[in-house]
Amino acid sequence: MKKYSVFAIAREAMRGHKGWEEQWSSPEPKKEYDVIIVGAGGHGLATAYYLATVHGITNVAVLEKGWLGGGNTGRNTTIIRSNYLYDESAGIYDHALKLWDGLSQELNYNVMYSARGVMMLAHNVHDIQVLKRHVHANRLNGIDNEWLTPEQAKEFCPPLNTSKDARYPVVGAALQRRGGTARHDAVAWGYARGASARGVHIIQNCEVTGVKRAANGAVMGVDTTRGFIGAKKVGVVAAGHSSVIMNMAGVRMPLESYPLQALVSEPVKPVVPCVVMSNTVHAYISQSDKGELVIGAGTDQYVSYSQTGGLHILQHTLDAICEMFPIFTRMKMLRSWGGIVDVTPDRSPILAKTPVPGLYVNCGWGTGGFKATPGSGHVFAHTIAKDDPHPINAPFTIERFRTGRLIDEAAAAAVAH
Amino acid sequence: MLLIRCPYCEEERPELEFRNAGEAHIARSANMAGESDDDFEKFFFIRSNPKGIIYERWRHMHGCARFFNAVRDTVTDKFIMTYRAGEPKPSKLPIISNEVVAK
Repeated sequence: MKKYSVFAIAREAMRGHKGWEEQWSSPEPKKEYDVIIVGAGGHGLATAYYLATVHGITNVAVLEKGWLGGGNTGRNTTIIRSNYLYDESAGIYDHALKLWDGLSQELNYNVMYSARGVMMLAHNVHDIQVLKRHVHANRLNGIDNEWLTPEQAKEFCPPLNTSKDARYPVVGAALQRRGGTARHDAVAWGYARGASARGVHIIQNCEVTGVKRAANGAVMGVDTTRGFIGAKKVGVVAAGHSSVIMNMAGVRMPLESYPLQALVSEPVKPVVPCVVMSNTVHAYISQSDKGELVIGAGTDQYVSYSQTGGLHILQHTLDAICEMFPIFTRMKMLRSWGGIVDVTPDRSPILAKTPVPGLYVNCGWGTGGFKATPGSGHVFAHTIAKDDPHPINAPFTIERFRTGRLIDEAAAAAVAH
Repeated sequence: MLLIRCPYCEEERPELEFRNAGEAHIARSANMAGESDDDFEKFFFIRSNPKGIIYERWRHMHGCARFFNAVRDTVTDKFIMTYRAGEPKPSKLPIISNEVVAK
């Protein structure tokens, strides 16, 4: 792997950019690997990367039915924050946030992490109570979060409508300054490049069609559209399709998959300096470096794998955006899309060993998994390498739905569920 | 937006009138206190979440307000049929546009 640097740019400029190499290789699958990761999204690629760098396990294949980073990694609204209520969630999301800081240097790939601040709006007394509770809980966990008056919120985000006669008056806000955004594709590409350089095989257009188990129940490998590939350890990181893969291994999951939509506007000059979220009116918005407003909508109400969603869901969100930001009422929206998110009953992820020896699962991130990408990969790699969870992901078991020890994080997407 | 046929109103109406109420044909135990943890987990949390044919409940919230069941393909979101609550799970599904949808 050739290092990217200002010198590399100068060198390549001198010789007509002929020396850039492919960022990752596309090898033929081997017959057997030490570890197979199902799903080449951000979480799967990060898992492979940390297996190689932290645990020295490089005989790894990442299988992807489509193209790398083409699922929810390339479809989310790229918001990063760690202001979750419960200790377990605070632990895992802040672990990720600490890794975001410095990730570009570690990967030698600009993931454009921008700590521009995530501001969550309060519109009524209940919101104030809930958000202040979050502020206090976060600070006890060493996570920055502060309370803003409407005037301070307006100062932090000038286009916000804070007039008293607004339909959804802003009566306060919680601000996490370390929160922000990152370039989602670059995260997948950066981890893929780093993993590939250390010998990990990334195999695209290779759909898993079955999970093979030995007589004693342990995993032997997976059937794919490119034939059987053996491995004693298989990690399922397949987002909306996780329950489909787990069913192949005979494990029924507490998951349901829903379409979640997002949309972007035409590009404009910088106008939204931060991320603004409103739980109550169900809208979140930020501005990409290209200038597009990136707007997240809600999920549809029914189970679906269609990667689309109802238009009325988008309309509902845009209604709220236009009330909060009257300045945007005449903006044109360029495109909208949907991704399939796997939602657990308690809205917290599952990162754990499974009842099947050698089978591990990292799923259930629901509507908010992007922000956790580095932390999730880091602790999931530990779980696979040691066959034992990292203390950070130890509470995120499958068994919690039997024992009742839920992590009931209603704020998982900061939107009303 | 989906168009959903309410089997009580016998009319196809827009999705906005309806609320999805989750997977159908999950029987609630008559003796909930006596359920084992395993059985309660299966009843309460585990879902089939199929990629393909799903049997699900809907409620015609802003119409007759009654619950009914539907069969839908979760890949295309096409409804195959709807039927009244309490009716058994259909053993045979109708053929829709040359595709035999039976699983």
